[in-house]
Amino acid sequence: MTVIPAFVVAFSRNLVYAAFALLFTFCGIAGLYGFLAADFLAILQILIYVGGILVLLLFGVLFTQKVYSPSVRAGLGTSISGMVLGGILFCLLFLVLGIGFHWNTVEEHSAEPTIHGLGELLLSRHLLPFEVASVLLLIVLIGAVAVARKELE
Amino acid sequence: MNQLPSYLLISSILAALGVITIVGRRNAVAILMGIELLLNAAALNFVAFGRFVKHQLGAHPLDGQIFAIFIIVLAAAEAVIILAVIIAIYRQMASIDSDQLRQMKG
Repeated sequence: MTVIPAFVVAFSRNLVYAAFALLFTFCGIAGLYGFLAADFLAILQILIYVGGILVLLLFGVLFTQKVYSPSVRAGLGTSISGMVLGGILFCLLFLVLGIGFHWNTVEEHSAEPTIHGLGELLLSRHLLPFEVASVLLLIVLIGAVAVARKELE
Repeated sequence: MNQLPSYLLISSILAALGVITIVGRRNAVAILMGIELLLNAAALNFVAFGRFVKHQLGAHPLDGQIFAIFIIVLAAAEAVIILAVIIAIYRQMASIDSDQLRQMKG
């Protein structure tokens, strides 16, 4: 469910198809968050990724090329090196994290709503990163407008 | 399904596909998609470890989800900035092929 569209993102020739496949990947990850008892994160994933970032990506695709023209492909050398690199990364990650370690796991606890705890944590223990993130968002807002606007003559 | 290694498997596949997308594509928007895949894989790892691994002393059970929230915030900010830069470059050079952006080469 989550992984198959990601293959389309990596290997599809048409960029619009890749963007729509990314939609299914994001929804699948939201479902996985649901399995992990992270209900607030699942909602956040759908709101921000599917509602925000994906729309931005589609705008980017449509702004910068003709709609159905095939995307520029890399040469054979770079795509082969990309696959080799990706394969090595996958083997490393999965062997080291998934099989190599014996993680000290706990029993499954029952799923309870996490919004209350997350809010408490954000405003107590993680207050500084929270404030820094808000300042960062303000800077990004101003900076994006400043970069993308037309130059004044 | 509800075991730690299955989530690790999914997130390592996603991370590898993100790297393949970043390296193998020349379109700047496609590279941005690869970055999003990588960030998603990292966030999924944080949440899975926070749920399944026994907590050290002084750690809160929801810390992994807090990290995932910050990753999502950073991903949103970064996507906006990169798209603004892409649009500025496209206006200037009429192309977003990352192999042709050589003006800053020394």
